[in-house]
Amino acid sequence: MNQPQLRKPVEHFLDNKKYLHPKLVANYGNWKYHDRPRPGVLHHVSNTGDQVWSVRAGTQRQMDVFTIRKLCDIADQFAEGRVRFTIRSNIEYMVSDEAKVAPLIAELEKNGFPVGGTGNSVSMVAHTQGWLHCDIPGTDASGVVKAMMDELYEEFKTEEMPNRVRLSTSCCEINCGGQADIAVIIQHTKPPKINHDLVANVCERPTVVARCPVAAIRPALVNGKPSLEVDEKKCICCGACYPPCPPMQINDAEHSKLAIWVGGKNSNARSKPTFHKLVASGLPNNAPRWPEVNAVVKKILMAYKADARPWERMADWIDRIGWPRFFEKADLPFTKYMIDDWRGSRYNLNASAHVRF
Amino acid sequence: MAKPMHPTPNLDQLESGPWPSFVTGLKRLAKDKDYVVDVLGHLEHSYQTRKGYWKGGTVGVRGYGGGVIPRFTEIKDASGNPVFKDAAEFHTIRIMPPPGMHYDTDTLRKFCDIWETHGSGLIAFHGQSGDIMFQGCTTENVQKAWDEINQMGFDMGGAGPAVRTSMSCVGAARCEQSCYDEAQAHQKVINTFLDDIHRPALPYKFKFKFSGCGNDCMNAIQRADMAVIGTWRDNMKTDDAMGKAWFAKHGMNELVNDVIGMCPTRALQIKDVKDVSKEAHISTVALNDAQCLEIDNKDCVRCMHCINVMTGAMGPGKDKGATILIGGKSHLKIGATMGTVVVPFMSLKKDEDYDQLTELAQTCIDFFAENALEHERTGEMIERIGLVNFLEGIGLDIDANMVNSPRMNPYVRTDGWDEEVAKINAKKAAA
Ligand code: HEM
Ligand code: SF4
Ligand code: SF4
Ligand code: SF4
Ligand code: SF4
Repeated sequence: MNQPQLRKPVEHFLDNKKYLHPKLVANYGNWKYHDRPRPGVLHHVSNTGDQVWSVRAGTQRQMDVFTIRKLCDIADQFAEGRVRFTIRSNIEYMVSDEAKVAPLIAELEKNGFPVGGTGNSVSMVAHTQGWLHCDIPGTDASGVVKAMMDELYEEFKTEEMPNRVRLSTSCCEINCGGQADIAVIIQHTKPPKINHDLVANVCERPTVVARCPVAAIRPALVNGKPSLEVDEKKCICCGACYPPCPPMQINDAEHSKLAIWVGGKNSNARSKPTFHKLVASGLPNNAPRWPEVNAVVKKILMAYKADARPWERMADWIDRIGWPRFFEKADLPFTKYMIDDWRGSRYNLNASAHVRF
Repeated sequence: MAKPMHPTPNLDQLESGPWPSFVTGLKRLAKDKDYVVDVLGHLEHSYQTRKGYWKGGTVGVRGYGGGVIPRFTEIKDASGNPVFKDAAEFHTIRIMPPPGMHYDTDTLRKFCDIWETHGSGLIAFHGQSGDIMFQGCTTENVQKAWDEINQMGFDMGGAGPAVRTSMSCVGAARCEQSCYDEAQAHQKVINTFLDDIHRPALPYKFKFKFSGCGNDCMNAIQRADMAVIGTWRDNMKTDDAMGKAWFAKHGMNELVNDVIGMCPTRALQIKDVKDVSKEAHISTVALNDAQCLEIDNKDCVRCMHCINVMTGAMGPGKDKGATILIGGKSHLKIGATMGTVVVPFMSLKKDEDYDQLTELAQTCIDFFAENALEHERTGEMIERIGLVNFLEGIGLDIDANMVNSPRMNPYVRTDGWDEEVAKINAKKAAA
């Protein structure tokens, strides 16, 4: 038998120049302005007068090789064999000839890739791994996103929102999906269920104790074996103990719920960047299409669409109308769980007589 | 031809509807691969029971300590054998994408061929940290797939307590707002830390992200331990012809409501051309022959709003570079933190400027490696030790741009006051 060849890895992070579309190479750092001739198309003009059209289309992110090859065929036919991906897993085709834009769009749509996601649209959901691949997920990711984007399909393809809308989903409270105008995140409601037989063998106990944000975990002897116990009164059900100690099962088919957060914004445009805020919880983890979650997301989106002024992001809109009216317009209950009691929470209280009526 | 499919009544429901379906893609792969037949069965079981069934483990490639995310099934029968035996191992290989996530089709097709041969055939473009995620591989095939991917010129991403894969925006390649060469910064910084990416030995993860302007398309401020966000120091660039064209199309109401009224620092005013201030920090854009938009560049915080609305009529100036913020991260353990300013402006124009950036990155990582507690992110470390100690540790001067306001409580010892003032005055005199 042949010994496997011992190859040393080539440790180098590559340059992107050879992957750039020729027009992007020629005008690198020399762009003048852009406009959007239609949803899904960006038209960039350089200081030399050169032009490039970028056509953006949605993908399912987790792609099979047949889908990727189809996307490549389209790039070879229309876009000089170059593509790029956006941070939200949309694909972009750059074309140097305006006449190719319409046939490219037709070809993408014929193959089931919606063209859109630019400007004031609802772009593709930033999402995570879920049941398909993560070791700690309370819910799925790709499935939640598929169900959500089916509902928001028209909003992806048009630019009819007041400003851009960015969504994210996360299948545990770690929130890999990130901050967003609307974020859907797992919210556990019961403390972990501990399998005491396994803790001693599987978990580094001091590490797990240190991981808890509220110091609710302490070492204990259970049935004569070293294990861990949780002060259930203190526990905030965050699930942080679960990754370092899988016998502390936090996921529960019934009690792991979904929460909705709004008003996260990373852009510095207008207001400073903001974190998203809790506006709904207790929604069931109702696979395979999560209709209750989608209904709330849509309700919030439609209230924003109807009421926000041009260029107001979700956070800017709420800043103007205030939280009481947000809850009224989005038709959601404001509950005691939304009043912050974590560190620095007094900054979130209304220390003024500013009250809207 | 692969073995028959398991019934997947839940997943089947994710094939209807207009958005592209990953289930349809998996089923196409399952026609040829027993592996994917069982992956679908495994996922369907999660849908039915609403639980995840992968556990971690240790799988790697020769020479590296991280970058492969191991997954072993936990769905076992009574005698401990995997129920979905062909999908008993389902590892992911994280590969760093080129800056700006540009590809040629030749590269993508090669990825497909490699992953069809050695893996499941499922590739995610991209994970939230930026990696190309080659999802689904057996322990045996990880090295083979990796060898071929690496020989194409691509390198492994980070995992565990390591410098992580980074992302840069499209920036200079196709965006007029770009204030530095994001790709160059990204490439130089990552090439400085390959060892820290591939051999996890830090207290915890460390992420860089590169955005060319305050629009921060890479979401650096909320996610990166070190965020490099483009900005400029001189006056905004303006174009009168484009200003007039914008105004002719959009009119006074939009100018007032959507541009002037939304500037966060009231830096914009409408002026009659004859009344425009002559001071050096004022720039103007013509609206028509009589009126213009006056920008007080000293008040402007480079938020990008007016530039986004009136693209081409206004834009970043010529003296470009970046603001550097440290300490962004998600919730664990103290709650989410934003990156905060540690360098208000670093010039990024010449090649040497980029070396200065990598030096600062190196200093930050060294300080982090030495001073953070285990499993403590940079933002948490700074919260624990205070920003001033961090700045002194990495040799940066304090600056009033680093705060929203000076402190609001008297609980501080100030017996070093006179020396501090003397130091500041000496610096001023030397400058
Ligand atoms: C065993 C545990 C973990 C696994 C398997 C894991 C896996 C991942 C994966 C696969 C991604 C990319 C997600 C995607 O785009 O699909 C990711 C991103 C992320 N993870 Fe983890 N993760 C783990 C633990 C953690 C922990 C403990 C934290 C927090 C302290 C964390 C914070 C994040 C964040 C914030 C992101 C988003 C990255 C970014 O925006 O740059 N993860 N993780
Ligand atoms: S959000 Fe949590 S469960 Fe989901 S991929 Fe990230 S770490 Fe895994
Ligand atoms: S779930 Fe969170 S709060 Fe509860 S014990 Fe675990 S780490 Fe502590
Ligand atoms: S961050 Fe700024 S420079 Fe980069 S792509 Fe976005 S708008 Fe352009
Ligand atoms: S870029 Fe400057 S002038 Fe324009 S809106 Fe923002 S702060 Fe105001």
